[in-house]
Amino acid sequence: MRKLMKFVLFASSLILFFLIFNCSQKLSPVESGIKTGTLHFGNQTEPQDLDPHITTGVPEFHILGSLFEGLVNLDPKDLSPLPGAAHSWEVSDDGLAYTFHLRNGARWSNGDPLKASDFVFSFQRILSPALGAEYAYMLYCIKNARDFNTSKISDFSLVGAKAPDDSTLVIELDKPTPYFLSLTAHHSFFPVNPSTILKHGKIDTRGTPWTRPGNLVGNGPFKLTSWEINKIVSVEKNPLYWDSSRVSLNTIHFYPIENNMTEERAFRTGQLHITANLPPQKISWYRQNRPEVLRIDPYLGTYYYLVNVNRKPLDNVNVRRALSLAIDRKAITENLLKGGQNPATCFTPPEAGGGYRCDSMVKFDTTEAKRLLAEAGYGPGNPLPLISLLYNTSETHHMTAQAIQQMWKKYLGIDVTLVNQEWKVYLSSTHGKNYDIARMGWVGDYDDPNSFLDMWITDGGNNRTGWSNAAYDSLIELASRTADKDSRFAIFREAEKILLSELPVIPLYFYTNVYLLHPSVKGWDPNLLNIHNLKFISLK
Amino acid sequence: MIKFILRRIFLQTLPALFLTVTVAFFLIRLAPGGPFSSEKNVSPEVLKQLNSHYGLDKPLLIQYFDYLKNICRGDLGPSFKYPGRTVAELIAEGFPVSVELGTYALLFSLLTGILAGLLAASKPGSARDFVSMIISTSGICIPSFVLGPLLVLLFGLKLGLVNVSGWNSMSDRLLPSFTLGMVYVAYIARLTRAGLLETMVQDYIRTARAKGIPERVVMLRHALRGALLPVVSFMGPAAAGLITGSFVVETIFSIPGLGRFFITAAFNRDYTMIMGTVVFYAAVIIFFNTIVDITLAILDPRLRSRLNEKT
Repeated sequence: MRKLMKFVLFASSLILFFLIFNCSQKLSPVESGIKTGTLHFGNQTEPQDLDPHITTGVPEFHILGSLFEGLVNLDPKDLSPLPGAAHSWEVSDDGLAYTFHLRNGARWSNGDPLKASDFVFSFQRILSPALGAEYAYMLYCIKNARDFNTSKISDFSLVGAKAPDDSTLVIELDKPTPYFLSLTAHHSFFPVNPSTILKHGKIDTRGTPWTRPGNLVGNGPFKLTSWEINKIVSVEKNPLYWDSSRVSLNTIHFYPIENNMTEERAFRTGQLHITANLPPQKISWYRQNRPEVLRIDPYLGTYYYLVNVNRKPLDNVNVRRALSLAIDRKAITENLLKGGQNPATCFTPPEAGGGYRCDSMVKFDTTEAKRLLAEAGYGPGNPLPLISLLYNTSETHHMTAQAIQQMWKKYLGIDVTLVNQEWKVYLSSTHGKNYDIARMGWVGDYDDPNSFLDMWITDGGNNRTGWSNAAYDSLIELASRTADKDSRFAIFREAEKILLSELPVIPLYFYTNVYLLHPSVKGWDPNLLNIHNLKFISLK
Repeated sequence: MIKFILRRIFLQTLPALFLTVTVAFFLIRLAPGGPFSSEKNVSPEVLKQLNSHYGLDKPLLIQYFDYLKNICRGDLGPSFKYPGRTVAELIAEGFPVSVELGTYALLFSLLTGILAGLLAASKPGSARDFVSMIISTSGICIPSFVLGPLLVLLFGLKLGLVNVSGWNSMSDRLLPSFTLGMVYVAYIARLTRAGLLETMVQDYIRTARAKGIPERVVMLRHALRGALLPVVSFMGPAAAGLITGSFVVETIFSIPGLGRFFITAAFNRDYTMIMGTVVFYAAVIIFFNTIVDITLAILDPRLRSRLNEKT
């Protein structure tokens, strides 16, 4: 027995010695990355695919933005359009035609020349009904694109995308779309290499292996070198990229670390330069102890409650107003969430579209809330019927709902039941309008107030409240036909005023993007869309 | 023997698999929401195309028979969530990692469990017995989502001996294997202890002692062999459990195994992926149980004849 014990002790000491020796010798990945120009990027989840016409998530976009380049890039600081695959462009006086001039000598990562017809091919691909691209609607501003995507027409030559020669691309729009240039930086507008796509299937075949390492051909600053499922996606500098002299990083490793606690620990031990997010309970610690790595950036997103206006008593606008007025948003953001979120003053986040600001109408006023509830006929003698508050499983949603439940009880004497559902069940409930009040969040696809306001038009796909207002609909329609920025913003302000006086949605707070960033990462500027073009990033 | 094995496969294994496929197929379809529902609205046209592409627009019974036909050909279908990948491919990438993790965990739990059992049984009722059983039983009491981060805190963050996550170097295997294996240490320790205590009162042990053989030799050379039989029969379900039940550990340590796909597929309503992993895991569990039964049947002819009678 003693011999056995001795053996076990010896073996354990050997393992320990090996570990200490092994670990004390090497630099952390972050430290060695600074020397070799290798960025270690916490990217949250395993990418769904690397096909820019199929994917829909933010983690995928981080990788795609390094492998492909749209007609324009967005300025990392203010999101204004910068030349990308196109070196210049002209817009017709009526704002309906864009002529893009592609760079001479621009090439795909396999050496093929990048032609204007490749963009036409790509637009045809994402709009092909059989591909089933969820983001095809991003191109609906192009003339006849919607009709082609919904099979109303089958001749793509009727769609407003033409390539008169190899370096000229002309795009005709249905309506003047002032944010169109920003849209072309979205991955749904990225070009794909026609010969690569056709080598692995037809133009509209979904899920072919063209995105695998060795197959994928891109036109971005980096090219794909490896993709190990649930482990790592690696890209390296593309020497054929037109602006490769400006690209400082040699390699980027994207890690799909889903658990944010694991990701934070990986950052703390020097395995990551950047995390995708930070657990809320860690924010205070980093604020006090390591403020130099904590980043809290504004984000183009709103957290809000949907109200089913078809259900009693929520069909009464005064009840909805009373509920909104009885929420102390500041208490929620400062005492509960603590992630630098700003209490919502309206629905569209401030500075959307480069300077939009609505008239702040969302307030905390319990006296007015009580008065409105009484006006609606409810009070101590006639209490409001029990309403339910639905949210999907998440600690943050749960805490927020509990806080609001207490506020409504305290200030209005209203009883609310909390309903927690698993994600897909919750989606099914909200899509089927099977709820009273439900939590929801919206992040803009592009930097314009339209991204937040056109969803509330009558029967809009994302309007799951049952609310309809003809004046609102016509204002949104008018804005879509108005090219002048100031006039458009004024129209949006009017529309938002209607939305916030009717309150089919109760805005709660504006999102922030909270994450950790190693001080060696340079050129990482905060912006509303959380877009960081990796060609501008360096390590020092 | 061959007759027994064939009977086992055709009369028990295949019907069990068929039943699993059928129940899983219809059960997952009862869950609200579909693979393509998302927070942002998906247009009816796109939804129609997606459903038609994956055959979800056909009647459910037709889909079921199509699925049965496909799995008979070994085709588990494409993943809905990862459109560029097939389910078989995702399993082929993730399963070897889960097997590796499970093997290390099993080895760890066997070594530690048997050692704890030996220590406990060497002086039953003593402080040594009490302490070994308390330590090994703590593995069951402390869930892996608590034990894992605690180990990371100590060995990864405080001492800096190992990486806190990932699956690259050999040292990355230590903490996850320990976390996963701890649950089974107590079972193995208790089985070993009980087996030893039972064996130590047998006549042949008394004979060995009478010959003047030292106590530790009696225990290690004579008693342990017989005492380990229950541990061997426990290894089948334990191995299957370790290989298929590593979701939490894989998430905590960011390990690219199959467990993560199994759980996320259910949340995503990735029907083919759920079916693929359920069928695959069922096959693994049935395989391990069959192997144990066959091994026991080989060891014990009485059991074989009893099983033959039953089947």
